[in-house]
Amino acid sequence: MQLHNLTIREAHELLTSKQISSVELTQAMLQRIHDVDSKVKSYVTVTDDLALEQAKKADDFIAKGENVTPLTGIPFSMKDCISTRGVRTTCSSKILENYVPQYNATVTNKLADAGAVLVGKTNMDEFGMGSSCENSAFFNTHNPWNLDHVPGGSSGGSAAAMSASLATFTIGEDTGGSVRMPAGFCNVTGIKPTYGRVSRYGLIALVSSFDSVGPMTRDAYDCATVLEAIAGHDPHDSTTYQLPVPSYTKGINKPVKGMKLGIPKEYFVAGMEAGVESALQESIRQFEKLGMDLREVSLPHTKYGLPVYYLLLFAEASANLARMDGTRFGLSKSENAKDVIDIYLQTRHEGFGDEVKRRIMLGAYALSAGYYDAYYLKAQKVRTLLRRDFETAFASVDVLLAPTCPTTAFKLGEKTSDPLEMYLSDIYVVATNPAGVPALALPAGFSKDMPVGMQLIGKHLDEQTLFQVAHAYQQVTDWHKQLPPL
Amino acid sequence: MTQTIDTKTVKHVAYLVRLGISEKEAQKFSGQFSSIIDYFNMLNEVDTKNVPPASDIANAENVLREDAVQPSMSREEFLKNAPQSERGYVKVPTVLGDE
Repeated sequence: MQLHNLTIREAHELLTSKQISSVELTQAMLQRIHDVDSKVKSYVTVTDDLALEQAKKADDFIAKGENVTPLTGIPFSMKDCISTRGVRTTCSSKILENYVPQYNATVTNKLADAGAVLVGKTNMDEFGMGSSCENSAFFNTHNPWNLDHVPGGSSGGSAAAMSASLATFTIGEDTGGSVRMPAGFCNVTGIKPTYGRVSRYGLIALVSSFDSVGPMTRDAYDCATVLEAIAGHDPHDSTTYQLPVPSYTKGINKPVKGMKLGIPKEYFVAGMEAGVESALQESIRQFEKLGMDLREVSLPHTKYGLPVYYLLLFAEASANLARMDGTRFGLSKSENAKDVIDIYLQTRHEGFGDEVKRRIMLGAYALSAGYYDAYYLKAQKVRTLLRRDFETAFASVDVLLAPTCPTTAFKLGEKTSDPLEMYLSDIYVVATNPAGVPALALPAGFSKDMPVGMQLIGKHLDEQTLFQVAHAYQQVTDWHKQLPPL
Repeated sequence: MTQTIDTKTVKHVAYLVRLGISEKEAQKFSGQFSSIIDYFNMLNEVDTKNVPPASDIANAENVLREDAVQPSMSREEFLKNAPQSERGYVKVPTVLGDE
């Protein structure tokens, strides 16, 4: 038995039946990180001491049978945009390279309260801006399935860490596919919950009206377990729903027979890699065998999802990143500064990478006098149409199926010279965020030895159905159990 | 419609977001911005007459709470991350010009 490969559910059983301790499990995970992560490079920070301390506490709780949750003693990692008190939180940016938050994100607190053990913080595209993890200011993360390829982005470190068994689960963040696209590239399961289901307090904001924190795991059951622990109302985030969080794992075994699965025709068009297309078709047949009722549906504004997403991202990000100004925290460059504006100009010039610079400048452009109506306002109007597309589709189906990317993971360096080309790799995952609906990515097979991902898109607040359908699929397939050759 | 974003515009928007920028960078970004914005102009194809702009996600309710004093981060704790501080304040150079 290799401890690092256990699912949450398996580890929980071994922990509560006292066959292993959390300290043993955590030590095995840290050892695995030290052995393997020099190749994958998924971690920005490894928190050995803190992890062992938390593991000891978890073992005490388990020994006494107190406060034991399904996550007690389970080692996990988090994307480095989620605040951890006393542990540096960098967003993989030079501007926050040495920033140590004085407070925890609500998600961090919830996981600590559940007894989970933080083993480290994972690499990402700087401030979540990217689709390959190559925009990290520190180093590239490699795809565990082929080290010459990217893990996807922006939660590339989280996806690679999960794929390479460098955590029992990880927490990612999805602004426009940043959980799902890398999950697909790395053969893991991950969910972007409904906007407002998980608190954003302490998450370093990229696009405040899109950002969704979500777990990345080995399978749908584990994903349901973690979402249950982190979802819910938070007085610190007024956009969170005041509704109770359902027990996602409880209903997960319900049969999917008779449920209506929509296949949006706009997602199955020319330009998809042949191996991706055939894996998707094979999966569709699998859902049919499970008794699901297939229907073709149309989401007519799909092709406008990308410009809507990016324009709104540019605008909101340019405002959100204004706080990185070198005066209150983070990098500060003030050489011969005459006034405070000099500090801003120097700090931001030195602290931000090119992609961040591009996006905040384009945001200012899209919001500036003379262009506001043509870009920002226009994008918000088309966003209404994107939302209506989903509403119309969900009037006749329970869940939608789509690929996560037209290709499998591309090579490192392949798309870095052309920003627009890189944006286009997000074409299948961006539309959900402006609409706010939940979507779950899961492994769908392989194309030329590289993982293919697919996503199930659901109605607002209907994560339950996504878990149920994904779990049913994972009972009759074993793609999600395939591990990379490391 | 092809729209070019010249280096003057790039420098202007860079200043709007308080970003120092070199001539060479302005040239590089100018070319990239033109192709990106050109692609985004596809939104012009969409008829949005009588379509309201999205102004919220699904969960639009006013959220109110008591305006009660609650414990918050201490001044010393906060200033730990400040690059420069003096007498309990964040220190920066001149904010208002002297002219």
